[in-house]
Amino acid sequence: MRVALFITCVNDTLFPGTGKAVVSLLRRLGCDVDFPAAQTCCGQMHVNTGYRTEGTRLARHFTEVFAGYDAVVAPSGSCAAMVREQYPKLARPGSRGAAAIAEVAPKVYELSEFLIDVLKTEDVGAYFPHRVTYHPTCHSLRGLRLGDRPLRLLQNVRGLELVPLPGAEECCGFGGTFAVKNPAVSAAMGADKTRAIQDTGAEVLCAADNSCLMHIGGTLRRQKTGVRTMHLAEILASTEED
Amino acid sequence: MSATFIGMPGNFPKNAEKAVQDSQLRFNLRKATHTIRDKRAEVVGELPDWGELRAAGKAIKDDVLHNLDRYLIQLEEAVTRAGGTVHWARDAAEANRIVTDLVKATGETEVVKVKSMATQEIGLNEALAAHGIAAYETDLAELIVQLGDDFPSHILVPAIHRNRSEIREIFLDKMPGVSRDLTDDPPALTEAARLHLRDRFLRSKVAISGANFMVAETGTLVVLESEGNGRMCLSLPETLISVVGIEKLLPSWRDLEVFLQLLPRSSTGERMNPYTSMWTGAVEGQEFHLVLLDNGRTDVLADEVGRQALRCIRCSACLNVCPVYERAGGHAYGSVYPGPIGAILTPQLRGMTTDLDASLPFASSLCGACYDVCPVAIDIPEVLVDLRAKAPHAAAERAAMKVAGWVLDDHERLATAQRAATRLRRFVPKKGLPGPMSAWTDTRDVPEIPEESFRDWWERAGRSASAEER
Repeated sequence: MRVALFITCVNDTLFPGTGKAVVSLLRRLGCDVDFPAAQTCCGQMHVNTGYRTEGTRLARHFTEVFAGYDAVVAPSGSCAAMVREQYPKLARPGSRGAAAIAEVAPKVYELSEFLIDVLKTEDVGAYFPHRVTYHPTCHSLRGLRLGDRPLRLLQNVRGLELVPLPGAEECCGFGGTFAVKNPAVSAAMGADKTRAIQDTGAEVLCAADNSCLMHIGGTLRRQKTGVRTMHLAEILASTEED
Repeated sequence: MSATFIGMPGNFPKNAEKAVQDSQLRFNLRKATHTIRDKRAEVVGELPDWGELRAAGKAIKDDVLHNLDRYLIQLEEAVTRAGGTVHWARDAAEANRIVTDLVKATGETEVVKVKSMATQEIGLNEALAAHGIAAYETDLAELIVQLGDDFPSHILVPAIHRNRSEIREIFLDKMPGVSRDLTDDPPALTEAARLHLRDRFLRSKVAISGANFMVAETGTLVVLESEGNGRMCLSLPETLISVVGIEKLLPSWRDLEVFLQLLPRSSTGERMNPYTSMWTGAVEGQEFHLVLLDNGRTDVLADEVGRQALRCIRCSACLNVCPVYERAGGHAYGSVYPGPIGAILTPQLRGMTTDLDASLPFASSLCGACYDVCPVAIDIPEVLVDLRAKAPHAAAERAAMKVAGWVLDDHERLATAQRAATRLRRFVPKKGLPGPMSAWTDTRDVPEIPEESFRDWWERAGRSASAEER
């Protein structure tokens, strides 16, 4: 199966390890992975901050770059939700843009959706002998409705002890530019989230979105908790040889 | 007399920054919102057809909004037929003038009030006070707010920011004739309020209310409440004046079946509220006036995305699940409508000309919890994003977003920017970034900038690398 990787601008720039993990994992599962070099950003930051002109331009660029692929996989629930949920609202109904979005958007999958719904696999053959707790980020939970897909994948990782996160469904306080426009509330939400994470006794906090992990991880490091953050892809890519 | 929000200074981030430092407030809010949140989840979960009820509620309200002109005329005719008088108020000033004149015509200088968001929105109590008319709130929480000369901070539970020892202090300080031995035991506090209010109910000749619903078909007004104070106000006085937003309509009596399930379960987390009062026109010996309030609502109706906010039935479920409301509290929103619904309603009703109102669409992490619990399926995040596009932006932010957009428009430019960041990686500190970026580094470390972007790795090694060689 020929799969296009939509890396997302945050992963591309700050978390290349996540992208490498996705490539390794998908190749291990028999996919032919392509990285369309012209891709940049889905436009979520611009649209959600009120810059619709710039955001719409990036959305148009996205639909051009990813047209013609069977499947587009993104290691980000938030960016996948942007394309699937918000793109259709950006184009005038009946326009060429709307048609292009209707063509591409349904083929965009968040990683765990792609593994479970398309590749029909819950056991990706991973090994990760650590105590892990999972934060289901808002756009994965309430946007894409991923449900327990990421948890099912983690439960099948050998050696991994999955511990439930109390208040897991509550937002961590990142929220894109919200984190800097409303820093006090964002930090208060982040502090409550990190307290809940520490209470689990987990060594690793896992999520399907590095932007949320950047906020939670930055808070955890500032507090010198010793808890690491890892993207779901990086745990699923881990094997006994690592 | 409780103060009014209109013209409040500051903006949401600044107001919230103060609120998050108040540990007592955060404790009170967390406890209260989580209690109601859990109760709601329980009683909503026991209805297998909740999704259908929610869809029906949305459809009925959308029909009302699409045919508002017709239903309003139908309502006016039905109310008039039943002996009531209907008044139309374009804005707050007109509504206040109508109500003030009606009260003056009775010769009374005191009125009792049923809890009403619409009268708070227009600042009616203050308008009446300016004409020497005292308005007494009879809902317990509103009474606490009024006696404390305070602002309401929640749609359903206006004194949610107060705990019982604070309420005892307010009663001792402000309630005439209260026993000096008053404890902070809830039954003792409510008993004190009962005694205080009983006297008001029996004495007052004029009552002012809002309404949860108005049935166009029959001209019936409906108020749902928990304490019985509403029933007292709606039945005892000689003159009843109801101030109601024009969007509170339901087409027919049958539609109440849907909303009398949606509202109590969403708001107080009860299967049914203790008191439901319904009245149609005026009974003999009493006068009934209905003041239909626009005050910006027709402008909201004209907005294709924003108009869904007019479906709101003021249940406050969105407040109780909102992580931002829970930390910032209601006062930070500077409006009688706080929380997620306030963040989309206030800027639409008042415009975004003040710093405060322009900051409200950004008072959300867009987590979507509000949309999930909304009984009439208002897509609050969608409206927030739409309002953000209409809100004024600071010049520096506009410039930064333009540059970011330009870089992201082209992958070569993005790659160049990434390589520049990579070269400077050792010079980027983990904390203490200057200027606006300090908003990040005050509480969070900056992530490590990698040696190589993903796209450069792909070009160098990734495209050809086997799974083992990453």
